[in-house]
Amino acid sequence: MSGTNLNLKLKVWRQASPKSVGAFVDYQVSVSPDSSFLEMLDEINNNLEKNNQDPIVFESDCREGICGTCGLVINGQPHGPIPRIATCQLHMRNFKDGETIYVEPFRATAFPVIKDLAVDRSAFDKIIQAGGYISVNTGGVPDANEIPISKEIAAEAFDSAACIGCGACVAACKNSSAMLFVGAKVSQFALLPQGQPEREKRVEAMIAKMDELGFGACSNTYACEAECPKGISVKNIARLNREFVKAKLKSQNVEA
Amino acid sequence: MSTLDSKIPAGPIESKWTNHKFNLKLVNPANKRKYDIIVVGTGLAGASAAASLGELGYNVKAFSFHDSPRRAHSIAAQGGINAAKNYQNDGDSIFRLFYDTVKGGDFRAREANVYRLAEVSNNIIDQCVAQGVPFAREYGGLLDNRSFGGAQVSRTFYARGQTGQQLLLGAYSALSRQIHAGTVKMYSRREMLDLVVIDGLARGIVVRNLITGEIEKYSAHAVVLATGGYSNVFFLSTNAMNSNATAIWRAHKRGAFFANPCYTQIHPTCLPVHGDNQSKLTLMSESLRNDGRVWVSKIKGDTRKAKDIPETDRDYYLERKYPSFGNLTPRDIASRNAKEVCDEGRGVNGGHGVFLDFSDAINRLGQKAIEEKYGNLFEIYETITGENPYQVPMKIYPAPHYTMGGLWVDYNLMSSVNGLFVLGEANFSDHGANRLGASALMQGLADGYFVIPYTLGNYLATNKFSSVSVDQDEFKKDEQGVNDLVKRLLSIKGKRTVDDFHKTLGRIMWNKVGMARNEKGLKEAISEIKELREEFWKDVNVVGSDKDLNQTLERAGRVADYLELGELMASDALHRNESCGGHFREEYQTEEGEAKRDDENYRYAAAWEFQEAGKWDLHKEQLEFEYVKLSQRSYK
Ligand SMILES: Cc1cc2nc3c(=O)[nH]c(=O)nc-3n(C[C@H](O)[C@H](O)[C@H](O)COP(=O)(O)OP(=O)(O)OC[C@H]3O[C@@H](n4cnc5c(N)ncnc54)[C@H](O)[C@@H]3O)c2cc1C
Ligand code: SF4
Repeated sequence: MSGTNLNLKLKVWRQASPKSVGAFVDYQVSVSPDSSFLEMLDEINNNLEKNNQDPIVFESDCREGICGTCGLVINGQPHGPIPRIATCQLHMRNFKDGETIYVEPFRATAFPVIKDLAVDRSAFDKIIQAGGYISVNTGGVPDANEIPISKEIAAEAFDSAACIGCGACVAACKNSSAMLFVGAKVSQFALLPQGQPEREKRVEAMIAKMDELGFGACSNTYACEAECPKGISVKNIARLNREFVKAKLKSQNVEA
Repeated sequence: MSTLDSKIPAGPIESKWTNHKFNLKLVNPANKRKYDIIVVGTGLAGASAAASLGELGYNVKAFSFHDSPRRAHSIAAQGGINAAKNYQNDGDSIFRLFYDTVKGGDFRAREANVYRLAEVSNNIIDQCVAQGVPFAREYGGLLDNRSFGGAQVSRTFYARGQTGQQLLLGAYSALSRQIHAGTVKMYSRREMLDLVVIDGLARGIVVRNLITGEIEKYSAHAVVLATGGYSNVFFLSTNAMNSNATAIWRAHKRGAFFANPCYTQIHPTCLPVHGDNQSKLTLMSESLRNDGRVWVSKIKGDTRKAKDIPETDRDYYLERKYPSFGNLTPRDIASRNAKEVCDEGRGVNGGHGVFLDFSDAINRLGQKAIEEKYGNLFEIYETITGENPYQVPMKIYPAPHYTMGGLWVDYNLMSSVNGLFVLGEANFSDHGANRLGASALMQGLADGYFVIPYTLGNYLATNKFSSVSVDQDEFKKDEQGVNDLVKRLLSIKGKRTVDDFHKTLGRIMWNKVGMARNEKGLKEAISEIKELREEFWKDVNVVGSDKDLNQTLERAGRVADYLELGELMASDALHRNESCGGHFREEYQTEEGEAKRDDENYRYAAAWEFQEAGKWDLHKEQLEFEYVKLSQRSYK
């Protein structure tokens, strides 16, 4: 598995606060190819701390590609060069000795930088709060097997539900559109029988919130799908558009 | 020595919960919004609790150090969630799930709690399906199940290898709905650093706003902690990087007893350590043991590749030693056996790892079937190791994974501090000395959706509350305490990093308070931890300021707590002169090397009361087994 260390030059975005001006700072590292990208940053930080310098702020939690906390733009690509993984799953064996690597935060108006590489993605929570749920209270629901759902439909709903809310789709899009994220949630519920009663209301509410929060429009370049760590398909955007048109036709109009 | 009142309701076990619910006092619907409830933690347990309490009309304030409730560590659970639905018609029942859980926990859990857990397990599945959780289904459209370690029936519901994610997103959606409705106010990126107790009742918390650094105070009529487990005391574990013990530890220091701290679960199927800079260990779901066969070479120091080791030289040690459960023995047994064969020098390349081999299953069922069941797990494995498990066997090794210990709670999930309730992995309640696979998700959601809404109501309805304000002295004093601690950490300016201390502690814990423990090692661990703690407070270097996002400072506070908790874990392990479940004392084993319990002297939950760091008083809750007969666990 292992090999000799790689010598790399990192250019990392450092920004002290949301309002301050940021800039790239250079770091020279020697790292094992078996190390993950974030473990490399851990090591840099450890050395910075030893020299009484402020470590690079970046976020991560599960380090298994499922919590959606991590997210860096690496050499211009959200989550780096390997398709269908989150930043925390990127290993250094995918880089070449002597390479220069640019590391930046996810950039979008709706995702302001907090510090260095950490951004605020709470806009995603607000979109879900606007209607990304099925309105059932705890208790008093039917038996789980009362409504059969075909294996295919369940699998398709799962594919949409697999979104980890990382925001790479937004960071990849030149318009900072959140259509893939919203499309995934709308699709999951539109596919399932449980999601039918609020189908129209849901899509209208979520789209209205998305627009209000400063996410851009979709111009069908599909950069989002290419960078999505969970392979969420642009079919979800197509379904979102259909759902939205259908809802508008019926329009019940959304509560504020 | 005082005894603890577990408040187990009277009557036969099948009707305890029903009768208890009937006897609990209710809060008048119109009055509910006058009660403020603080819920700290919005993982499975906390999000389900906050949402359900919000629906009932309480005024809920929910806190999480994460940026969003959807990021809680629960999201990472892979394998599945148990329920006694008996959809497979294979002989499952509430009683069997109860029985398996008590036995799996090696007779160190409270029967009444476990029965209730099994009883509400079915409601959980109904609830999740109604929320739109896309569980795996069969061709006929009904829900599919798989089996898991420690059970001979198929009762585990799953959503590919991402069950925790889907369940948490379900709870998160219910929570989001209540946030929208205004019954829950969400305070994210806040870390609870103290519990405020006034006149003997939990009445509030002190938190640090992780973005601005400000110390904030919040009051309530009751406080619910659902802050997860403490496996990260080992530094390397399968838990998320930020999972920590600080909330329960600070509550412990305010009077909440800590029960069975030494019961930790070492999970058998994790990726082996690759190097010094490793930040965490990745779990490979135990469900893999359904189809994967565990083996090592019969020869010590065998450096041949797996494919070059002929059948005759392979030892399928779990199948050999436990013919009826085979690769599906409970976790503690599977882990200990892996350690044993590796200690003998028979691990992969003579090192720390055993093979988990799918070639038979692939031959039998076809690659496609295996892909459908475990596709994403195989992908995870390949991205991390660079090896393809369809072609070469996985290499696995045990790693710290789950902590059965936690704050002591009674049947109502209330701790020894009145008005402080504890849910999910943070409490000690249902798993005894060993947790069975797919039971943590079940417990977290049982506590949050179906237990706390009832028991908290009763507490509110039966207590008188004076009005409190965050400007009163008790709050100010605790706020000052938190401020002082932060200042102290920043002012030491020593030479060693926070991580350096954490790693050193982790090594002590893994070597001496890990999978196998003995008196000598535990005594050494206690004195080494004491020394390390002293050194920490003299020589740690916490860079940066307290006025903004400072991750080093966050970690420093957590490591300071681990340095106390680690000692308690070792002391608890030392005091328990028996082996049970995840607690294996080398001095106490059967001739076959199995855990040997001492029911006469240790059939109790050990609840520790904090005096000062390094000094605790022991309280015992005696455990009675009326329904599951005490027996030596056997999985042969
Ligand atoms: C890799 C992995 C796989 C697993 N797979 C399974 C499985 O298949 N089946 C199963 O049953 N179990 C599984 N488990 C166990 C299970 O996932 C956990 O026990 C369970 O999810 C814990 O849920 P919880 O709600 O108690 O805590 P968590 O999900 O850990 O949530 C803790 C919450 O508390 C908050 N918090 C913590 N401290 C503070 C503080 N001081 N201030 C503010 N907020 C705080 C956090 O922000 C978070 O919101 C697995 C565990 C791991 C590690
Ligand atoms: S759709 Fe994909 S890229 Fe966008 S948030 Fe979800 S997982 Fe991330």
